[in-house]
Amino acid sequence: MADLVENVLRKAAEKESKYKTIEVEKDIDVDIDVGLLLASDPNPIDLKKIRAHREKFLQDLARDNTQLLINRIWQLPTEKVEDAITVKLPDPKLLLPREKRIPKGKPLTKWGKKQEWKPKWGYKRANDETQDWMIEVPDNADPNEDQFEKKKKARKERGAKNELQRLRNIARSQKSKVPGVGLTPTDHPSKDHVTKALTAARKSTASIGKFTANLKDEKTAKHGKKRKFESNYGDMKSETKKQLNILDRITSKKPRVDVSQAVNQHIAKEEKSRSKFNKSFSKKKDSRNRKPPEKNFKKGKNNKVKFQGKNNKMKFQGKKKRS
Amino acid sequence: MRPLTDDETKTFFEKLSKYIGENIKLLLDRPDGAYCFRLHKDRVFYVREDLMKKAGHIARKNLISLGTSFGKFTKTGLFRLHITALDFLAPYAKYKIWVKPNAEQQFLYGHHVMKSGLGRITENTTQYQGLVVYSMNDLPLGFGVAAKSTAECRHTDPMTVIAFHQADIGEYIRSEDTIL
Repeated sequence: MADLVENVLRKAAEKESKYKTIEVEKDIDVDIDVGLLLASDPNPIDLKKIRAHREKFLQDLARDNTQLLINRIWQLPTEKVEDAITVKLPDPKLLLPREKRIPKGKPLTKWGKKQEWKPKWGYKRANDETQDWMIEVPDNADPNEDQFEKKKKARKERGAKNELQRLRNIARSQKSKVPGVGLTPTDHPSKDHVTKALTAARKSTASIGKFTANLKDEKTAKHGKKRKFESNYGDMKSETKKQLNILDRITSKKPRVDVSQAVNQHIAKEEKSRSKFNKSFSKKKDSRNRKPPEKNFKKGKNNKVKFQGKNNKMKFQGKKKRS
Repeated sequence: MRPLTDDETKTFFEKLSKYIGENIKLLLDRPDGAYCFRLHKDRVFYVREDLMKKAGHIARKNLISLGTSFGKFTKTGLFRLHITALDFLAPYAKYKIWVKPNAEQQFLYGHHVMKSGLGRITENTTQYQGLVVYSMNDLPLGFGVAAKSTAECRHTDPMTVIAFHQADIGEYIRSEDTIL
């Protein structure tokens, strides 16, 4: 009996010595990422041992670390699926860099290849003058003048003008009194500008220019013509008279002889005489021995002779004188 | 409502004198009372003075018509006579045309006067002269413009237009809502 027990114990000890223990001692804990089935050993390597038995040392190290990993896996809740024990691995702790490279973006279209779109005005606008790093000095400009400063000033002035107009618009929309700007000073005032300034100056006295003397040959600035109509209930007689005058002017303008009317009359007269002639012609057509209407002059032959004689006489006279 | 300006009077009289010539004088100074022309909403009205003064009390927006409407000024500043002026054109008309009874209806429906429908015409009518159109029993039907002079009328074939239609009394029914 004791033999049997001893025998069994010896066999177990023998078996145990065949297999290495599952207990592994490490100075520093091995980092284990069960999700990736990864164990990384931060312990320093014993250089003497590795030089002596390189293969054995590596195998032992690998075996120990694998044992630790498997120990950790066995700690996870197990599940039995068709005679096999399975474990659900947790999410990996270590972030691995991606296997493949980042996909390339789509190639730009023809439109996309062009410059990026910029607004016409406002922030980050296209052709922003204020962003110019160099400005060409114009031909007729003062070389010592700061062109950048000039541009900045002009821009400020534009803004101020816009602000003024905005306020005026508000005033107008609320039907309150809109203040006039008057005349703003300019570098090169036009003739019109000067006359306007002059008239404004003339009125800018305590008595609104009532006592300002006129200069010689001075012309006052022209204002727009105001539309004015006659009174509806004015003097009726003078109104009629005025209208009759206009009527007279219209009728007198017409030509005394209306050409087309005169032509028409002429045509009518001609037609009348022709129709009369036709009537008489058709009456005389019945008698065949019709004579043409008698004229004042005598027969053609006579007439011709007379003319010739007259001519000859002239010629003859000429000859006579010469001989 | 206001009196006509000089320019307006000129264009108005020039148009009117095409139909009644110097007889405009008879409209201006009448023995039976003072009459005047007044402009209201681009239309010219021929109105008795006292009536005009009474109408002056009515707001411009509410005043639709007063006296007799002669026509209106177009937006381009020309003057266009309306059929309502016929009452004053007919008695003073210088040139007239009489239309045969069977052409009367054609004219009153807004058609031109054909040679076939021509009854009589004033002698010495020139081309484009303003005419007043009458029926054969001397009833004024409307007015128009001579397309042919009297002499030309004699020779043309029956289908040619003798007078262009401008206005006719059929408009009182045809364009009742726009006639004012």
